[in-house]
Amino acid sequence: MDIFLQQLVNGLTLGSIYALVALGYTMVYGIMELINFAHGDVVMVGALAGLSVIAFLVGQGWPAFWAVTAGVLLALAACMLLGWGIERVAYRPLRKAPKLAPLITAIGLSIVLQQVSALLWGRGYLSFPAILPTTSLSWNGVILTGIQAVIIVLALLLMAGLLVLVQRTSLGRAMRATAQNPAVAQLMGVNTDRIIALTFVLGSALAAVAGVMVVAYYNVGHYTMGFMLGLKAFTAAVLGGIGNLAGAVLGGLLLGVVEAMGAGYIGDLTGGYFGSNYKDVFAFLVLIAVLVLHPNGLLGRRAREKV
Amino acid sequence: MSRLRLKILGSAIALLALPFLTHALLGQGWVRILDFALLYVLLALGLNIVVGYAGLLDLGYVAFFAVGAYCYALLASPHFEVHWPLWALLPAGALLAASFGVLLGTPTLGLRGDYLAIVTLGFGEIIRIFLNNLNTPVNITNGPQGIGLIDPLRIGPWSLGETLHMGGLEIPMVMNVYFLFLAGVLLAIGLSRRLERSRIGRAWAAIREDEIAAASMGLNTRNLKLLAFAMGASFGGLSGGLFAGFQGFVSPESFTLQESVMVLCMVVLGGMGNIAGVVLGAVLLSVLPEALRGIGGLQELLLGRVWVDPSNLRLLLFGLALVLMMLLRPEGLLPARARQRELHHG
Repeated sequence: MDIFLQQLVNGLTLGSIYALVALGYTMVYGIMELINFAHGDVVMVGALAGLSVIAFLVGQGWPAFWAVTAGVLLALAACMLLGWGIERVAYRPLRKAPKLAPLITAIGLSIVLQQVSALLWGRGYLSFPAILPTTSLSWNGVILTGIQAVIIVLALLLMAGLLVLVQRTSLGRAMRATAQNPAVAQLMGVNTDRIIALTFVLGSALAAVAGVMVVAYYNVGHYTMGFMLGLKAFTAAVLGGIGNLAGAVLGGLLLGVVEAMGAGYIGDLTGGYFGSNYKDVFAFLVLIAVLVLHPNGLLGRRAREKV
Repeated sequence: MSRLRLKILGSAIALLALPFLTHALLGQGWVRILDFALLYVLLALGLNIVVGYAGLLDLGYVAFFAVGAYCYALLASPHFEVHWPLWALLPAGALLAASFGVLLGTPTLGLRGDYLAIVTLGFGEIIRIFLNNLNTPVNITNGPQGIGLIDPLRIGPWSLGETLHMGGLEIPMVMNVYFLFLAGVLLAIGLSRRLERSRIGRAWAAIREDEIAAASMGLNTRNLKLLAFAMGASFGGLSGGLFAGFQGFVSPESFTLQESVMVLCMVVLGGMGNIAGVVLGAVLLSVLPEALRGIGGLQELLLGRVWVDPSNLRLLLFGLALVLMMLLRPEGLLPARARQRELHHG
């Protein structure tokens, strides 16, 4: 039981990060039906930018809290600018192009972002300075570290904020309208170009926070880290039903928990034949199983097929 | 002679002379690059059947390449002490890959577009992870170390892995392989052309354009989609077998998602659904990164010293080229005629 609860805590932490990144994928997909392949690399840029600023400020003698705050703010600024630029350069000119064209520019951009980051930050692993308090809560042998608590709570707050923004504000209404039918939204006076750009900026802001969370949690950053993270988060978004905000959150948390449980139990379940190196297989098998039974994801609505 | 015959004769001579010219002008290394380009052409043609003809977005295509390669490696190496001949190995690899194609296709028949893409991606990753870990409890794939000492490609008495002497002519290994691969590519092109114009090819096009309409016209969409997966996969398996025999070594590292993505880029950038476009895309994208290797020397020549790390700069330029080419020609370099018509007339 201890292992179960402990893996649940670890899985929820990982899942919160996945969920934040998945929201970025799903928002962009919901509004323009595009897999933003470069999103994982935006997370990476946020992570490395945050990490280097924090390391620098700590070196200057700043207290941990202010250094981290400054790092997050700078990562936010960098990623939001990046998200805006990506939409402008690589996606806007291709809005009327065949469906796979933007996918290729996204892949190209992902390569560019990785290589520029490798040039800026070097090809080695960067380590996060050991400044975070190591306090932890322990209950019946289950340990919740301070950083885990911060990640989960902050992620929940951000998700709640996003939900309020999308459901309760006029900006959110414009976003939903654009997602539903861009042409009609435009007729109703929505500046769809601006809304799409804003969607990218918002998704990138969440990506920045998620990036800093990842480096703070694992204590290490690398210019290729965005790839697997983005892949998992995209999987989470599809799992929940792509284009659906609540689905992305659910999918992210579920994927995190499934992965943690898989890592914790797969050895016992298979009598020691398969080790935790199969945890990714586990995650993808769950995805395939869900999609085969529920072709539009857990919360996705079945699109009516028009003839 | 008619113009068509002249054209065919001309391209035949050009294709036969190409490795000799490359060898003379650029050296042996570049012939090797040509060999790999041909393998990529084979892969791209296979993926073109799935994505270009049948309109099924597959992001895990490299899995079939891996299946073909491991099939060859396991049946022709000291690992299991089996040594099959080439004429049995290549069809076996293609067939095994085709059955994996059906295996992937069956559960995913109901999925569309991006949902299909992510499941195929997951499938590719699952195959890679299994290859990486199936060294315990029974050692099948030898795990991350991969399988080495694979038998070289051998046709009858001639081993293509060594320099051949034919009537005073010395033909080094990379060139022997070139001709074998070329034969594979020509076979694949011939098959693709016949398929495209056949009843099956037209049925695929119908499914691609509108699945419901196709089904209501009485097409068996299930079997047709499975056939597309199997056909595409068999090209991948063939390419994988050739790859294993050429390299003499396979490991899971060669079969990452990046490879699938690269093959997809070749298909889309060249012009989905058009054989000439796909071939062009594959050659271009496999040669471009190699050509960009000169970037370090160029910097030294122009700026006096190497300012930017050449290996990063090389990939950076490659990424930029992808973006630029797509922005300039969103429909691909040589788009299929039908697709171009659709784009420009509503």
